[in-house]
Amino acid sequence: MTTFVKGNEAVVIGALYAGCEAFFGYPITPASEISHAASAWFPGVGREFLQAECETASINMVYGAASAGKRAMTATSGPGMSLMQEGISYMAGAELPGVIVNIQRAGPGLGNVYPEQGDYNQAVKGGGHGNYHCIVLAPGNVQEMCDLTIKAFELAFRHRNPAIVLGDAVMGQMMETLRLPAAECPPDDTRAWAVQGNAETRRNLITSIFLNAPMQEEHNRHLQAKYEAMRTEALCETYLVDDAEVVLTGYGISSRIARSAVDVLRRQGVKAGLFRPITLYPFPTCQLRQAAEGRPVVVIEHSCGQYRDDVAFHLGVPAESLTLVNRMGGILVTVEQVVEGVTARLSGKCCCCCPEATATPASGTCDSAPACPPVVP
Amino acid sequence: MNIKKSVGFYDTFDRSGSATRDTHYCAGCGHGILHKLICEALVDLGIQDRTVIVNPIGCAVFGYYYWDTGNVGAAHGRAQAVATAMNRTLPGRVVISYQGDGDLGAIGFNSTFQAASRGEHFATFFVNNAIYGMTGGQLAPTTLLGQKTATSPAGRRAEHEGYPLHVCEVLNQLKAPVYIARCSLADTKRIMQAKQAVRKALEIQRDGKGYAFVEFLSPCPTNMRLNAVQSARFVIEQMEAEYPLGCLRDDSAEATPRPAPAPAPAPSVFFRELATEGTAQPDPHFVEKRMKVAGFGGQGILSLGIAVAEAGRFAGQHSSWFPSYGPEQRGGSASCTVVVSGQQIGSPDATTPDVLVCMNRPAFERFAPTVRKGGLLICDAMAGVGPGEAPEGVRMVTIPASELAEQLGVPRAANTVMLAALSYLDATGLPREKLLEALDASFVKKPKLIPINRKVFEAATEWCRENIKEHGQ
Repeated sequence: MTTFVKGNEAVVIGALYAGCEAFFGYPITPASEISHAASAWFPGVGREFLQAECETASINMVYGAASAGKRAMTATSGPGMSLMQEGISYMAGAELPGVIVNIQRAGPGLGNVYPEQGDYNQAVKGGGHGNYHCIVLAPGNVQEMCDLTIKAFELAFRHRNPAIVLGDAVMGQMMETLRLPAAECPPDDTRAWAVQGNAETRRNLITSIFLNAPMQEEHNRHLQAKYEAMRTEALCETYLVDDAEVVLTGYGISSRIARSAVDVLRRQGVKAGLFRPITLYPFPTCQLRQAAEGRPVVVIEHSCGQYRDDVAFHLGVPAESLTLVNRMGGILVTVEQVVEGVTARLSGKCCCCCPEATATPASGTCDSAPACPPVVP
Repeated sequence: MNIKKSVGFYDTFDRSGSATRDTHYCAGCGHGILHKLICEALVDLGIQDRTVIVNPIGCAVFGYYYWDTGNVGAAHGRAQAVATAMNRTLPGRVVISYQGDGDLGAIGFNSTFQAASRGEHFATFFVNNAIYGMTGGQLAPTTLLGQKTATSPAGRRAEHEGYPLHVCEVLNQLKAPVYIARCSLADTKRIMQAKQAVRKALEIQRDGKGYAFVEFLSPCPTNMRLNAVQSARFVIEQMEAEYPLGCLRDDSAEATPRPAPAPAPAPSVFFRELATEGTAQPDPHFVEKRMKVAGFGGQGILSLGIAVAEAGRFAGQHSSWFPSYGPEQRGGSASCTVVVSGQQIGSPDATTPDVLVCMNRPAFERFAPTVRKGGLLICDAMAGVGPGEAPEGVRMVTIPASELAEQLGVPRAANTVMLAALSYLDATGLPREKLLEALDASFVKKPKLIPINRKVFEAATEWCRENIKEHGQ
């Protein structure tokens, strides 16, 4: 069974197959179709949809439903995501599972509604106050907007931790063929910790307060151990990496553009490959190291180098040793721009961050980067 | 003094470091009294097992050490949102939101107002002691005029901090709440009245009748810098003068419980209608086509794109569609990109499309220069593009799409004319019957329009046959 839907609609289909019982949201472009679809489809299958008064309320409604042990979600874009950080921190502190979908748009501030990936650090580094991480999944097509929403619920409930589906405006707005999930997820047994208004769960308590400092530290250590244990959940996809002489990497829309660039480069005789992380937290560190070993790496992103810096961190190399091909402001990187960036890197001409990576002066340095460090192979 | 302890309470106060104390509340505080009233009512009404209390940030943050019910701690000001979700996902349970004046009346006021306006099914117990307790005696929205606090050292001034907030009176402007009352915890007579209000609010929850809101004027000796007796007198003499006691609304007799939800299908049944069974598999030799459609909003630009992409799906190929969106959609111009491929699709964007359909002049000017050499450009005659304007190396075909549609009496079907032209020129690489299948599918919600669009498609094909030469126009 297939259908043809927007990524934003696929999220809702995935959520319902995942057994999500409640959607709380506040409209924002380019994520609004998620609320539109949820308002029709959640009641259609007997589930709860409520438009909240703001994103702060949305996330706290997710907190409330999660406290009851129910699968619940919200969806938004950058400005709303910023408002939700308080609630996400409380969920992480209280170890509550839930799913937050961020259809990234251009920022900071009001920015615009076009595609960007500038919320990377906010998503993978915690985002709110305190020592915590969210599980972060990055769909690369409409099918994954559905499948990774299901996966997000699965991981969130397995680890009792909030999970973010980090999409972008292209993933949300584009339509592709969607294969409907084969089966619905069975309900979770949350009676051991949830507060459900019955005798069995009467003495359960949901809170993130530890006024006793050693207990707060112990709780922090417990959370860190949990994040460490999550590392086995890391997922990625590689494309033509085995014989590659250069490895491109990007997530979401960037990975799609990079994939086209790999095809163009291969036709030109350049053995290019693609490494695409599917989970951004936990990050597929080992898989990236394997894919990138001894090869120049070109990072494609729609942000200022946030993802590049993380790739460098996971590879244990200086960020300057990676080639960055990026655009911001809601402008998509073109396949041609990636091809030129890779070609320049392979010819040793450019190794640094160029806002317009297409411009590679003959002198071999970029005019946008005054001190160009030596090329690392 | 011999005080009967309700079984709604835990037997002991087990907070670590509190071994020498029976409570974390100060002597003369109103919270302990209200805790007791709630516990007694829960037991008397037989709802202790099915009750969830949302604990606030503030002095009552440790409510869960006392109430032997389900307890959830909410962030500062967020208890109403948390209670909203708990009540909606736990139907039939009793949910209580217990909040102070800063939590409910300042940081969380909008959530309170909105939850009350929606008529959420939970009880709110609002402790108003005119000051922030736990945080250290700062100005509250309910602080009285002239009252000195840690952040209004000279006393509250109307011209600077505004007036004391009358929450009950504000909520009483809303239609949905079932019960609104203000009580006092300052002496025995008042406590007995408060007891009745607590009971009423919880009966409304037991019976599933809607939003109940009770405000309790409460002494805070520590932050008022008074002893227990003086602080009770402050409540009676000064707070009650500002905040009159009484029941502002009781619609509980007329209120009716929420109707039970209608039975609903499972997602696998519900979404079957949206999906189609298909056995076709992608043909790896199918040559990828990148196509752009552009024109005015309202010309069916986006739906023409979807029809081509859907035809790709029906043919078993990979296909993607990416629209222009956002403010632009209201500004007049519209465009979308369609990719159909035998292989997994990389970028869903097309910087150099193989095919461009232009429905107006601005679309031509913006996108015609991007068409790849050897590509195809189809223009509506209405766009007024002269034959000499075709980009070098690009085949341009002009079709009077709007005019044809108009002549056939379906002015909005110019996009169907273009679909027929794409089919006639084999611009998509997709078989004609798949394009027709997708055309029908695009009117699934308005099946009456299918025959007329089929007619337009046939007439447009006929026009193409008569007017388009193999390599000419």
